[in-house]
Amino acid sequence: MKLTLKIWRQKNSQQIGKLVEYALNDVNPDDSFLEMLDTLNYDLIVKGENPIAFDHDCREGICGMCSLFINGRPHGPDTGIATCQLHMRRFNDGDTIYIEPFRATAFPVIKDLVVDRSAFDRVQEAGGYISVNTSGNPQEANTLPIEKSLADAAFDAATCIGCGACVAACKNASAVLFVSAKVSQFALLPQGKVEASERVANMVKQMDLEGFGSCTNTGACEIECPKGISLENIARMNREYLKTNLGG
Amino acid sequence: MSVLDAKIPLGPLSEKWSNHKNGIDLVNPANKRGLEIIVVGTGLAGGSAAATLAELGYNVSAFCFQDSPRRAHSVAAQGGINAAKNYKGDGDSVYRLFYDTIKGGDYRSREANVYRLAEVSSNIIDQCVAQGVPFAREYGGLLDNRSFGGVQVSRTFYAKGQTGQQLLLGVYSAMNRQIARGKIRMFNRHEMLDVVLVNGKARGIISRNLVTGAIDRHAAHAVVIASGGYGNLFYLSTYAMGSNASAAWKAHKRGAFLANPCFNQIHPTAIPVGGPNQSKLTLMSESLRNDGRIWVPKDLEDAKALREGRKNPNDIAEEDRDYYLERQYPAFGNLVPRDVASRAAKERCDAGYGVNVTGQAVYLDFASSIERMGKERARTKGLDGSDAALIERLGQEAIQGKYGNLFQMYEKIMDLNPYETPMMIYPTTHYTMGGLWVDYNLMTTVPGLYAIGEANFSDHGANRLGASALMQGLADGYFILPYTIGDYLSKDIGTGKVSTDTSEFEKAESQVRERISQLIGNQGSRPVDYFHKKLGAIMWQHCGIDRNEEGLKTAMEDIRSVRAEFWEDVIVPGTAEEFNEELAKAGRLADFLELAELYAKDALCREESCGAHMREEHRGPEGEALRDDSEFAHVAAWEYKGRPGEAELHKEKLVYENIEMKQRSYK
Repeated sequence: MKLTLKIWRQKNSQQIGKLVEYALNDVNPDDSFLEMLDTLNYDLIVKGENPIAFDHDCREGICGMCSLFINGRPHGPDTGIATCQLHMRRFNDGDTIYIEPFRATAFPVIKDLVVDRSAFDRVQEAGGYISVNTSGNPQEANTLPIEKSLADAAFDAATCIGCGACVAACKNASAVLFVSAKVSQFALLPQGKVEASERVANMVKQMDLEGFGSCTNTGACEIECPKGISLENIARMNREYLKTNLGG
Repeated sequence: MSVLDAKIPLGPLSEKWSNHKNGIDLVNPANKRGLEIIVVGTGLAGGSAAATLAELGYNVSAFCFQDSPRRAHSVAAQGGINAAKNYKGDGDSVYRLFYDTIKGGDYRSREANVYRLAEVSSNIIDQCVAQGVPFAREYGGLLDNRSFGGVQVSRTFYAKGQTGQQLLLGVYSAMNRQIARGKIRMFNRHEMLDVVLVNGKARGIISRNLVTGAIDRHAAHAVVIASGGYGNLFYLSTYAMGSNASAAWKAHKRGAFLANPCFNQIHPTAIPVGGPNQSKLTLMSESLRNDGRIWVPKDLEDAKALREGRKNPNDIAEEDRDYYLERQYPAFGNLVPRDVASRAAKERCDAGYGVNVTGQAVYLDFASSIERMGKERARTKGLDGSDAALIERLGQEAIQGKYGNLFQMYEKIMDLNPYETPMMIYPTTHYTMGGLWVDYNLMTTVPGLYAIGEANFSDHGANRLGASALMQGLADGYFILPYTIGDYLSKDIGTGKVSTDTSEFEKAESQVRERISQLIGNQGSRPVDYFHKKLGAIMWQHCGIDRNEEGLKTAMEDIRSVRAEFWEDVIVPGTAEEFNEELAKAGRLADFLELAELYAKDALCREESCGAHMREEHRGPEGEALRDDSEFAHVAAWEYKGRPGEAELHKEKLVYENIEMKQRSYK
């Protein structure tokens, strides 16, 4: 395949970046998108140029480290996958592909296509956990039966891989889908109910402090989420948040 | 005479751990606040250790190369985690889990450690449930279990195909709680480049900030290595791209013995190599073997036609297929353990029966299960059992219910519909059982330096059973290390703050800087990946499933020459003071190029076949693996002597007091 790539190059967080064009003549349609970039980088290095920085790690769709805004969509044109699972056969011979970093104030660019998503960590640190000691002797697991439908719903919320596609897809760069998934997982489980009010209040507060935008219920986040995290979680988070405020 | 003291407590096996815990010295809470611990790696083992140590009151600094601890490669484990809860009432017990693990490891792991692992396994489940890990549940609200990896009881707890991710998120949440309290200082996008010893004790590390390139010194009273395994030296593997052996290898070079480096698990069901640019291999869960039949054509001509695309698998008539596992191992069939299935697949492909472009793939066929399940559904629904299309559809639905996500993943990667055409699979490197030698307290041969999880060697022997890696990582981190490290630190409460302003730190830092500038300044012509692929090819050819003396000797030479070529001809673009992935990769590969030689040397010295490792010279009349318990029932622990190939061997004799060593047979 012949392809033209227009890739965002930015030396570091201080400097201004720009799109740079690369012409590829011999792309194997069976390669993954990241393997295509590996090959391009190999050629750039041999030519004495700087390779393109991009984040990736497990390359099997679960670690959430790969990002990339491809032709205007986080993780590219396929649905239900991370960038590492996108293959070149999904494109046509002669295509021009735009590759950019996830753009959000809360995700500053580190270099080229790599952004800093540590804001997500800080939101989690604000309360994305159950305050249980790890070294004590917690109660026997089966003394706490949990209705299967609740356990399954909590699992569905917990499948979020923290990649940030929801933020990248949102015109407001809102992190509400991500935060609501975490709030939901714990709010649904009896273990998490005890500190549910405090948790949602703290996480939402931190989310705002990080500079994420507001949610206007556009729904792009749900469409672009590689793990199919549902908008229902947002409704659930709002309910939890409202309860907290009404409860005082 | 061995210098190794495993410090296994006296007394009956079932009481060793309790007795040991009762006897070890404690550190009082006020003193814990004055002690610093460094944890390198934040997967299941490192993350759980960091959280627990912080909660106990120690000051923890945790390091990971990813942008967040939530991305450690433990996240990718699919299957489940074992625990001897006996919830199914099928006779499971601590002893049975212990027994299965020892036998599965082909009698090359340490009895006392494995028993303790089985003993604390049920606490792990309690802990994770309390943290909100959403394990699968039954309709009555209680936890569900499944059977896994050929084990006769249902002891595996799971969260669909994402058990690793859910357990890791539990660990990550526990860490977050401690980060918020200020008890863990988290260093994301940092890499450990050396461990610093002061008066023979581990007292800190040198790290590199992967974003800015800054080299920093960090002091502590103890250092914990939890950096995972070294399987990426094969280049193609199921490991994450960044998984590396640098922390463990640096520890080895500073005096920590490396044990059984040649013990490497090859998993039979990965998606095969499709082309020259392939960077990694994706695992298909082992559970697929429950319903898939493995075959290659009987006829070499058919195999050739399949490779060249002139025939499709469905063109090969039933009588022309060789279901070789069912033929060779009638009792276990397609469910033989991982090592047996892997070897058999490679043997068939090496003989010319491989079915994909590269000739390195066998079929995993679901057609007969689809038919069987379809008929069953038709019967229970009272539908027409003679309608082939209906049976096919119902069968596909049933398979989808069980393995839908895996089938979808396969289709995305291969662009083939596995409901209609058999999957292609091939073995690949998946987990390394070797690692830093540790005693019963999980301490290496360097005082104050600990190794946990996949980074140590102790619990899996020559072969790891399914659903046992997650168990070991969490057992070490949540329940074992936090006790044993206290015993060591109790003697350190008078030490006071450790300074980084000493000649030892100075020297280690300057060595790190020198090596980086050597890499950056090199006027070579080939990128890091060129050498990594070369190393991988040598390892797969000579040090994988089958090994022989000649091949291993060749491998040692070849590795040395690639290493020399690397240092001469590698090109690392950019500078050392920026985000530079090529520089990070180059440093990691330089370490792999050393470790690989020791791996081959260890394999050369182990003149027996055990676990996943077939020494061709040691095979029985029917090609079965021949273990040699009289000569090799030991841990091979290597001491660094200046060059990897000149390491000195120390042996820890493995004593089995509670289990009789038997030959594994799956006939």
